[in-house]
Amino acid sequence: MLLTKFRFKRKYLSIPYLLFSIFFVIAPLLLIVYYAFTDKNGHFSFTNLQEFFSSSGNFSVLVVSILIGEANTIICLLIGYPIAMLLAKKKYNKSYVTVLLFIMPMWINFVLRTAATRELLRWIGIDGGKYPYVATIIGMVYNYLPFVILPLYSTMLKMDKNQIEASYDLGANKVQTFFKTIIPMTMPGIVSAATMVFMPTMSSYVISDIMGERNITLIGNLINLNFEQGLWNIGSFYALIILALIGLSVVLFKDVEKAGDARGGLW
Amino acid sequence: MNQTNKEIIIELKDVTKEYDGITVVDHFNLSIEKGQFVTFLGPSGCGKTTTLRMIAGFELATSGEILLGGKDISQIPPHKRPINTVFQRYALFPHLDVYDNIAFGLKLKKIPDETKKNKKGEPKLRHLTKQEINEKVMNALKVVDLEEFESRDITTLSGGQQQRVAIARAIVNEPEILLLDEPLGALDLKMRKEMQVELKEMHKKLGITFIYVTHDQEEALTMSDMIVVMKDGMIQQVGEPKAIYDEPNNTFVADFIGESNIYSGTIIDDNHVLFLNHRFECVDHFPKNEKVDVVLRPEDIVLNDVGKGMVDGTLVSKVFKGIYYEYTMMIGKNEVIIQNTQNFEINKMASISVKPFDIHIMHKEFVSNTYDGYIDKKNNVIFAGGKFECDVTTLIEGTTLDDEGFLVDQNGLKYDLTDADVKVEVGLKDIEIIDNEEDGIISGEIVSIIYKGDHYQIIIRTEEDEDFVVDTEWTWNENDKVSVLIPKDKIQMKLVKEAKEYVVD
Repeated sequence: MLLTKFRFKRKYLSIPYLLFSIFFVIAPLLLIVYYAFTDKNGHFSFTNLQEFFSSSGNFSVLVVSILIGEANTIICLLIGYPIAMLLAKKKYNKSYVTVLLFIMPMWINFVLRTAATRELLRWIGIDGGKYPYVATIIGMVYNYLPFVILPLYSTMLKMDKNQIEASYDLGANKVQTFFKTIIPMTMPGIVSAATMVFMPTMSSYVISDIMGERNITLIGNLINLNFEQGLWNIGSFYALIILALIGLSVVLFKDVEKAGDARGGLW
Repeated sequence: MNQTNKEIIIELKDVTKEYDGITVVDHFNLSIEKGQFVTFLGPSGCGKTTTLRMIAGFELATSGEILLGGKDISQIPPHKRPINTVFQRYALFPHLDVYDNIAFGLKLKKIPDETKKNKKGEPKLRHLTKQEINEKVMNALKVVDLEEFESRDITTLSGGQQQRVAIARAIVNEPEILLLDEPLGALDLKMRKEMQVELKEMHKKLGITFIYVTHDQEEALTMSDMIVVMKDGMIQQVGEPKAIYDEPNNTFVADFIGESNIYSGTIIDDNHVLFLNHRFECVDHFPKNEKVDVVLRPEDIVLNDVGKGMVDGTLVSKVFKGIYYEYTMMIGKNEVIIQNTQNFEINKMASISVKPFDIHIMHKEFVSNTYDGYIDKKNNVIFAGGKFECDVTTLIEGTTLDDEGFLVDQNGLKYDLTDADVKVEVGLKDIEIIDNEEDGIISGEIVSIIYKGDHYQIIIRTEEDEDFVVDTEWTWNENDKVSVLIPKDKIQMKLVKEAKEYVVD
């Protein structure tokens, strides 16, 4: 009798996902917030917040992290966009093999790959010890380039060739067509590429450690350092800062995308 | 069209387009008068869209000239041509709203500014002002009946509305020629009919030359001042809709435009043609005894009770089509499609008659298949990319084959025909079509089927672009892969050079 009473409903399908997000997304987030605003004894306090903003060293770490994240995103887009354009053009790219060529570095463990990049750079004279920022950016760009190319490539594949022709037809030359038609039309790809690069760059520390030979401290380093020393509360507060920044950048990128849509957004 | 309005706006001279050696548009010659509504009509792959794209500038012609107002524009990029296009799938910009889509071209445009001169005294160029753009956009919206839609998102519009925006976006630039590439193809039937009427009205109002591409013959007949019927990259016929319908140049045009009965006939004398086993009076003049194709439009055939018309036959089917019935009558082995408003009983005899001027007579396109070929070492003939067995003794009269494969005549002269060039002729009924691609001599694809009363005329095109035209009673499907066989005795050959060139000493 019990069995006959049970009627399967579509919404039951969401149960596994719901459980997953409760245990692996929502609960950890709440834990981070809890740790961020408590002290060692579990009492509610703002000491972590005070500590973070009172130390100028911490603040400069944050600024450096953001700057490296932005530089990496911009350079990746500048290199990745033309590559994706070429790959999406059937005339130049007759098979998926060339696409694979750009993706294949991802198959190698990234620590190994980054270490190899460091050695290669040292060999051509860009020593991580002497030029930590240059070396770090090069390492970051190399690692994150595929994440830019892939979303751009797939948006460009879906792009209607007729719309580009329509732009020419209405009197736009090649440069005007690129800025007024192709860029706005690939904006979703640009946004997702930027999001996929900017956020992980900020919180990563392995690449900067290897490439910059520990001369650069990013916010990821701080979190790692604190957690390793058992300082869960202050570490969680740093994590919360990153979380806030990521949330902010999502909102900002959405605005950029909307600006592309709105009248006069790009000209 | 009034007589004063005869200025030629665009002229295509010998325009040819090839892709990787395949000719898509073949020596296209056409002049279009200013203000006309011209339609390129043809089946898919006939080159009509490619021709349009060459006028727009998206494709460059392989050879030939495109003259716009007397100036060659064939090498000018599209953004410098005073021509705008309405695309098949609209191609609106999704990141812009209706207003900005329409204003796109205007914002890029530069016009001479009379108030500011440069050092040479020529007016400087300036962009249009916001008010000017606004005025033009609002005007365009009014023309396409989309007032108050200017701030709508493209994605919120229906197909018909998007189509209107696409038209507005093109006409707002006041182009000299508006190109329309099957613009109504994506709309449903009712919407399409409405848009046909509206487009025609817009054309009248704007006075811009329209070049319209479609595969829909009804659309072409409804809207055009002039129709260009195309097939295989070549113009089949150019003319006013009525002329194309009433006097088709060949069986392709007759078959493609409207419904038609096509028969093989023979001219008896100046005023009579024999087909359907009857001498019909006709008005076209052709040489006596010439084999011709005869076209009868279903609505031109008068149906009557048995014995009251010219030819009797049995009505075998009847379909009610709303305003009329469509009958199929069998006269001997020939099928006749008749449209008539009266109700006749089927499976009974009836009679048809046709007025002399309703009988359209055309030269036969294909009397036989002819090829250039040559004889190989084993005395086979090679033509159209295939090796066929043949009787080489027919090439030189009174000869026989000897043991070594030489031809010997009565006087003992030996001929070696290896590599001799020959003209090959095969009758339309002498080619066999075989279903299995492997079993014939050469395989190909069926590219055209035209029903001719009691048989089908089928064109098989091989990979090397050779055509076999076959008359057969059996029905096949277009795009079928088939192969052909030709019996040895049906291959008629003639030597290109004199026989004595091949004498062996």
